[in-house]
Amino acid sequence: MTDQHRAGPNWPFWVVIAAVTAAYLGLLFGMLAATATYTSPHHLIRALGSREIQYATGLSLVSCTIAALLSLVVAVPVGYLMSRGRFPGKNTLDTLLDVPIVLPPMVIGLCLLIAFQTPLGRAIDRIVPFTYTVFGVLLAQFTVGAAFAVRQMRTTFDHLAARPEDVAMTLGCSRGRAVWLVTLPAAKRGMFSAASIAWARSLGEFGPILVFAGATRMKTEVLPTTVWLELSVGNLEAAIAVSLMMVALAVAVLLAMRAVGERP
Amino acid sequence: MIALEHIAIRSGAFVLSEVSFTVPGSVYGVLMGPTGCGKTTLIEIICGLRKPEAGRVLVNGRDVTHEPPGNRGVGYVPQDGAMFPTMTVRQQLGFALRIRRRPAEETASRVEELAAHLGVAHLLDRKPHGLSGGERQRVALGRALAARPAVLLLDEPLSALDENMRGDMRDLLKCVQREHGVSVLHVTHDRSEARQVADLLLTMSDGRVRQTDLDTLGAPCTCQH
Repeated sequence: MTDQHRAGPNWPFWVVIAAVTAAYLGLLFGMLAATATYTSPHHLIRALGSREIQYATGLSLVSCTIAALLSLVVAVPVGYLMSRGRFPGKNTLDTLLDVPIVLPPMVIGLCLLIAFQTPLGRAIDRIVPFTYTVFGVLLAQFTVGAAFAVRQMRTTFDHLAARPEDVAMTLGCSRGRAVWLVTLPAAKRGMFSAASIAWARSLGEFGPILVFAGATRMKTEVLPTTVWLELSVGNLEAAIAVSLMMVALAVAVLLAMRAVGERP
Repeated sequence: MIALEHIAIRSGAFVLSEVSFTVPGSVYGVLMGPTGCGKTTLIEIICGLRKPEAGRVLVNGRDVTHEPPGNRGVGYVPQDGAMFPTMTVRQQLGFALRIRRRPAEETASRVEELAAHLGVAHLLDRKPHGLSGGERQRVALGRALAARPAVLLLDEPLSALDENMRGDMRDLLKCVQREHGVSVLHVTHDRSEARQVADLLLTMSDGRVRQTDLDTLGAPCTCQH
């Protein structure tokens, strides 16, 4: 007797998948389109011409770039250790490294503020003033950005075979030189991605900066602070203008990451 | 000459103990054993990439047990070639000499010599991406030989190649060993591969290594390369 079972059609499966994807994309582009069309180009240009917004833009671009580079300096060795190292307590350390990713942003700011109230923190603050200064902005951005960069670098090293590094050592390299000459050149794209992620996270950083560095105009004001300050005084045009600029910057970073990631 | 004396290592549930054998100078030794029995671990111990818990490693009579990998005078060819992903074939072949800060002319001439001998001269400016398995293994072999090591360690060098390439590579390995006068330890689980190249056969099972009569494998091949 032959088996009379017939498999059902596949199209309902694909229809459901396409519908869920379309609904999610509709939400994303709907909110962006609504924001973009809420105001006129004239209002946008006028808002972007204000001295405060120009200062915030400059500070954001400079601080995010420095925070991203510092994040990379930390993420490369830590990512390497977490990928290649075998040591007791590795799982615990892995969890600790993810703390800045899962902590509520305001809590990170509060923790930083309290850390700088300890004797050691006060001593550091006397040499380089972090609390309620531009350095505080940088430290808050770095704290969160570095956690994402470490994660990215660990994934990068996980995907790179360790064998070439071993071979380089048999050919006369120390471990450090083998990593420098063989592994790091191969990790170039991962390093770019890690720096980009740290940059993008730093750009959107608001809670920790507000708590730790404050929201003083022409001093510790970065773009997310501007959105909040402008909204709080009812200047919706300026808030929208800055938001759209941040969207454009985020999309530019995303496109650059894709371009580098897809290059053969 | 490669010699292991009373080597012991434990890694999780994996245990090797009292492993001793010698591959005399200018001899092609083959270490056979089933997959997962610890052959690669022994190669890593000889290279210095793993520290044994006990025992000594000697290369040409010198105790290298506590030497870093780069000071042992060994050439290592891993299973898949382990190419340096961003370097051209020329850079890979000259790597060991650049590390030793040899003059550029000496490095260039050694690279040309190796490339011609191994049949990769037409690939010198190519990167590993797009090289065939056989080409990668030839480059890996040249890279290992560049600094004229005393011994050559080959970890399943033919396993990633198809049958036609295996024959060519097998002959090449045998010829390279004779011409360069190096001691070779070639790890494999393939009996016919061992039969074609071995001067000395070592078999590994239950965490021990024993010297085995070559007659159990049949007659060796003649070098035609």
